[in-house]
Amino acid sequence: MTVSGAIRKMKPEGWNRPPLVKLDSEGELLEIAMGPHHPSTHGVFRMNLTLDGERVVGLKPEFGYLHRNHEKIAESISYLACMPYTDRLDYICSLTNNWAYALAVEKLVGLEVPERAEYLRVILGELTRVQNHLGATGFLIQDMGASGTPLMYAFKEREKILDLFESLTGSRMMCNYMRFGGCRVDASSAWLDAARKVVAGLPSFVGEFESLLCTNEILMARTQEMGILRRELAVNAGVTGPLLRASGINYDLRKVDHYGIYDRFDFRVPLGEHGDVYDRMMVRLLEVRESIKILEAALKDIPGGPVMDSKAKNRGLRPKPGEAYGRIEAPKGELGFYLISDGGPNPYRYRVRPPSLINLTILEDMCLGHSVADVVLIFGSVDIVLGEVDR
Amino acid sequence: MKTIEEIKAAIEAAVPGAGVEVVPNPSPSAQHSLRLSPERAVEVARFLRDDAELALDFLSNVTGVDWPDREVAEKVKVTRTVTKIVEGVEQAAEETAEETQKRVEPGYLEVVYHLFSVEKKYGPVVLRMRTVNRTDKVELPSLTPVWRSAEFQEREIYDLFGVFFTGHPDLRRILMWEGFQDHPMLRDYVEPDDFEYEPTAHDEVLARAQAHEAAVAGREGTGVGQ
Amino acid sequence: MVDEALKIEMGKQGIVVTSLQELYNWGRRGSVWPMNFGLACCAIEMIATTMARYDMARFGAEVFRPSPRQADLLIVSGTVTKKMAPQVVRLYNQMPEPRYVIAMGACAISGGPFKQGYNVLKGIDRYIPVDVHIPGCPPRPEALLEAFITLQKKIDAQPLTGEGRPRFLDAAAQGEFPVPVPGEHDLEPASNKGVWPVPVVIR
Repeated sequence: MTVSGAIRKMKPEGWNRPPLVKLDSEGELLEIAMGPHHPSTHGVFRMNLTLDGERVVGLKPEFGYLHRNHEKIAESISYLACMPYTDRLDYICSLTNNWAYALAVEKLVGLEVPERAEYLRVILGELTRVQNHLGATGFLIQDMGASGTPLMYAFKEREKILDLFESLTGSRMMCNYMRFGGCRVDASSAWLDAARKVVAGLPSFVGEFESLLCTNEILMARTQEMGILRRELAVNAGVTGPLLRASGINYDLRKVDHYGIYDRFDFRVPLGEHGDVYDRMMVRLLEVRESIKILEAALKDIPGGPVMDSKAKNRGLRPKPGEAYGRIEAPKGELGFYLISDGGPNPYRYRVRPPSLINLTILEDMCLGHSVADVVLIFGSVDIVLGEVDR
Repeated sequence: MKTIEEIKAAIEAAVPGAGVEVVPNPSPSAQHSLRLSPERAVEVARFLRDDAELALDFLSNVTGVDWPDREVAEKVKVTRTVTKIVEGVEQAAEETAEETQKRVEPGYLEVVYHLFSVEKKYGPVVLRMRTVNRTDKVELPSLTPVWRSAEFQEREIYDLFGVFFTGHPDLRRILMWEGFQDHPMLRDYVEPDDFEYEPTAHDEVLARAQAHEAAVAGREGTGVGQ
Repeated sequence: MVDEALKIEMGKQGIVVTSLQELYNWGRRGSVWPMNFGLACCAIEMIATTMARYDMARFGAEVFRPSPRQADLLIVSGTVTKKMAPQVVRLYNQMPEPRYVIAMGACAISGGPFKQGYNVLKGIDRYIPVDVHIPGCPPRPEALLEAFITLQKKIDAQPLTGEGRPRFLDAAAQGEFPVPVPGEHDLEPASNKGVWPVPVVIR
């Protein structure tokens, strides 16, 4: 039995859930716009809701309020100059964005990455995953009405991880750290010790977080059986990340694509059973636990050596004509970069495959029949970042 | 995992007359693609998704690419008859010379699909479709009825490139606002003139700044204002 | 006005001397409530500023109000795009006086790294008046606190009569700023000339 199944048994008895109402053909439908300025829409996102009373009958998402034409800018600047722009895609997880882009260029050019750099990439990638999942859970619970305090707990841990990022890369959020063929600077042994201390403090924090939240009856009543996503629809709609795994499909790119050195680490992939909001939240918290395992192993085994391939050229990179598609398991889903090179110093076509945008395809399906308050929760459980959706 | 030639053979066996060709990829990533002709594309897509061996049930990425008209200079051997004077008598002789001929290869818009298989855990399989030209014949069949994940991405290609997808359930602009008239990702798109010019401009920014100020002076007759 | 040294001396004796302007502005600057308005990456740093480590609440920004009718301060954090600009101006129009604007981050000041964008508005001060600009991409939470304190000093220094008095005490001041309309290629008008005098460049 999965963990979520065990906790599910503790659901309080006698909780009445109103049945789904059939559309009354004599009534009027109300069309309202939720957003783009809304306290719960995680950014500038608009949902055009068609309501029958309080029940959602139609939902059309509308975005583009943060379209900063990253792809067009990339066609006029060099490959290396695109790296800081990738930070600003999913602005909460800048290091995994950098990694995905570096991976795509390495596939295009055919570069090898030294061992120590691979370990550093894994360490920073998993730290990013931890702080993203904690923040996402904190935001979800804030949307549920627990105004502020769980989010403050999550941000407390996040600040410790951001301090690590700042001392290594120079910036809290826009790290710009990965390069084609390795990483920009080496991590000192003092930094690795500080990282070990932070990681050592994480399991007790996650345990405290879980014990405060996961058996809370309001949370269970509001999130279970809510926003269910069916398996077949999830795969056909291109959904990836914790959203896909909460519907029960075992597709984690770290295990499927064998990129980097993830094959050396022993970690499991948490799966959900029902595909509802509760499962997504639990999958994220369990993934944090698995990330802690990977972090402990990587911090123990990290070898010495260079962090940058000495033959790799970053400035003035002119790849031969061709194309490549590289993808990683970012905290939000499958983040892919598709690059077409025509032999010049700038990419000919630079395309970001944004997980948040594709995960929104089935937002309408998940929200039909629920009330407006539930739409906020379901939307929060998809965990999107507008910088990625609009690029 | 099947090679690209095996996939092509499987498609041609299942959908005869499909018009598939292999487009090789010279980079080290070795992600070769299959170019589909638009007429039977939806059938080919359905076969790729439903076939038990291929099981390409996951469409990951849909990209639009703009290939503008290209001038190609070729060296061609040309034979011409020329009159020459040989020993005082005019004679017609044949002469072969090499000259460079220029011709314009017409441009097109291209849509690239990256497919993976969640069931068999392999990929990517890359499909491409090309429009006839960049200006007026820009229709392509939509693959949204086969893979739902193409819905928003094809809308984005319509918005930014202008490719019209027939069979798409809801084709309208997704990133730019409804009344916007241009397709911004095309290579010959001219941005609106709202650039705030810095005092220390140089290179192309200086050229744009001077053009902008000349335009403003022409419009309003003063050197100040916008 | 009473001399500062004399004020301090009298204060030691338990006598407080002040002026109406000081009291009035002290009340105003001590409780500036921002609006919950995050656009992009800078919004995450703004949220981090309100969290336990940097805590903006101790400076008076006690609650972040989602409704513009109840907010005093609009922190424009993140890139303003042309699609979003009419919404920003509308929200600013709906805020009651006294209201202030902080342009946080390079994108809100001038378009930032995305200045080459066809959809990017090159700075929110093209349409609404901005009081404090914070450079940075994203600015650290300490920078946002510094900007907040700068705004408080600015409010403190505002006279109640005469030149430079706040807009709500000035009957002739503009209260409603025109909302741009998305046109076929760009926003119309491209900027608000009353608010943003185009810089004169001498080459």
